[in-house]
Amino acid sequence: MTAQTQNALLAVRDLRTHFHTFAGTVKAVNGVSFEIGTGEIMGLVGESGGGKSVVGFSILGLIDSPGKIEGGQILLDGEDLVTAGEPRLRQIRGRDISMVFQDPMTSLNPLHTVGQQMDEVLRLHTDLDAAARREACVAMLESVGISRAADRLGAYPHQFSGGMRQRVVIAIALLAQPRLIIADEPTTALDVTIQSQILKLMRQQIAARGASMILITHDLAVVSEMADHITVLYCGKVVERGPTRALIAAPAHPYTRGLIDSIPDPSNRHPRLRQIPGMVPDIRNLPPGCAFRARCPRAQALCAVEEPPLRALNAARSAACHYPLQPGEPA
Amino acid sequence: MFGYLIKRLIQMLLVLWVVSLVVFLMMSFTGDPVFMIVPIDATEDQIAQARRILGLDQSLPVQYWIFITSLLQGDFGQSYVFRQPALSLIVERMPATVEMVLVAMLIAVVVAIPLGVYAGANPKGRLSRIIMAGSLMGVSLPGFWVGMVLIYFFAVYLGWFPSSGRGETGEVLGVRTSLVTANGWHHIILPAVTLSLATMAILLRMTRAGMMEVARQDYMKFARAKGATRQDVLYKHGLKNALIPVVTIFGLQLGDLIAFATITETIFSWPGMGKLLIDSIYRADRPVIVVYLMLVALIFVVINFLVDLVYTLIDPRITLK
Repeated sequence: MTAQTQNALLAVRDLRTHFHTFAGTVKAVNGVSFEIGTGEIMGLVGESGGGKSVVGFSILGLIDSPGKIEGGQILLDGEDLVTAGEPRLRQIRGRDISMVFQDPMTSLNPLHTVGQQMDEVLRLHTDLDAAARREACVAMLESVGISRAADRLGAYPHQFSGGMRQRVVIAIALLAQPRLIIADEPTTALDVTIQSQILKLMRQQIAARGASMILITHDLAVVSEMADHITVLYCGKVVERGPTRALIAAPAHPYTRGLIDSIPDPSNRHPRLRQIPGMVPDIRNLPPGCAFRARCPRAQALCAVEEPPLRALNAARSAACHYPLQPGEPA
Repeated sequence: MFGYLIKRLIQMLLVLWVVSLVVFLMMSFTGDPVFMIVPIDATEDQIAQARRILGLDQSLPVQYWIFITSLLQGDFGQSYVFRQPALSLIVERMPATVEMVLVAMLIAVVVAIPLGVYAGANPKGRLSRIIMAGSLMGVSLPGFWVGMVLIYFFAVYLGWFPSSGRGETGEVLGVRTSLVTANGWHHIILPAVTLSLATMAILLRMTRAGMMEVARQDYMKFARAKGATRQDVLYKHGLKNALIPVVTIFGLQLGDLIAFATITETIFSWPGMGKLLIDSIYRADRPVIVVYLMLVALIFVVINFLVDLVYTLIDPRITLK
């Protein structure tokens, strides 16, 4: 573990991001830890409201009031971003860590040309002159699969389709050669046919640049194709993590199992798609014990009393469950 | 674009025609101008003679026909009172009003936009609350009262500014304006500030509302994720997206102030055209009133056209059709 820590590009330790609302404190991220090495893709998985996006925004220091990072560390190459301060964070945003948002229809400014929005990143983070910046933008647009790139620089976002816009967003995210890209549900708003194209493009681009990626999604199917390892969040906490293959093949936490079972499997014709019963509990007011127990088929008396800590199952995997599933065990 | 211009031009002529009709009709209900002109002890004959000279012995449709046909020949009629062409009476006084309004609008925009952006970006801040309370006063305090307070404080008590008149004027491109002399600027500050307050408050509130709406948009957060400064995010990405309603109100206010700066002009004895309108209404000087209101309609139509052009500059998704 120590050796891995040394190599980690980004290490998040016990991150706690809370939102102080009139109705109570929402502990959207409550003690989350994970690490990503250079060149790795990590899937951050969970249901809506599970705190996935908040983790992404916390890393970039983009948590707005009433939200606040209450504790923990976010170490980028050993430098703590939680205490870094806004001027330093501005240097890091876009240059070291960039972000791809969920909805390409809304993440581009409708009143600026694609060229202007790309150029902004280079102006902020490089010393290139106007001609060199333009050249870099054209090259980047071409590399994300936009033809006639030089002509398209003067176009406005509304002149592009959804998939094309997401390619532009990806191009913007890659422009300053960041080491880490946080992709927050990058394909959720797109047609299914476009989804796989975009995912393929992202994987290629990340690999070609040796960058790392945090892929935030609710879709385990997407993550299983893309990620090297997976971190599963539930109610602001990590409930399971491990290498993708092992985790998908034999999930240890019942929640992970539920997520996997709710992926439609064309080869295995269930009469009905399985789903996780119940709903995510009110995060302002979590019951004692395990947050998942009300929805868990394996819950026992202990689960209502004691919250299970994240325990190592073997060298690579850990889960926060008192009664983890054993490999090969039916749900 | 050409088709659009033609359409707008036809629309404009239509508006002007309707305005002329409405104003002409309304005027005929508002007392007999003959009695405003003849002496108190005039005989029946003298009254009838005056009526004939002014053309008021004709029926209303005939009067309107004469008015419209001479208008099309460039004759806008004569003032009953001054016995001068109505149009030149108004145009003479126009530069004074327009210069005061332009300065007022400039003050309003320069103050309102930054404060509105700030209040929209920090809706819960203490300073924002103070700004919003101030803007509420700007909206609700009557202009004549503010004008008198400013005169008392800055002209009478401190003696920094003159309390009335237009000061020295100079000539630029054939137009006499006080904007080219230091003394003129000295005179224009107080009335312009008075005139600007209400507009400033409205523009400020529009800007704030727009910025609050825009602040929630993804592209604002995306811009921050690129590493842009807060200032850049607010002004380059935010303000432009919040600007359409602000520009709309700006246009309407501009027209409104040019047309009806009457009260401020009266308080500061500013020799503008608003004062002429009030005097003409008192004296039932119909030709001046009709031409004035048609000119106001023309100003509004032109400003709205310019506002539409500005829309297309701001938002590429808007096209003129």
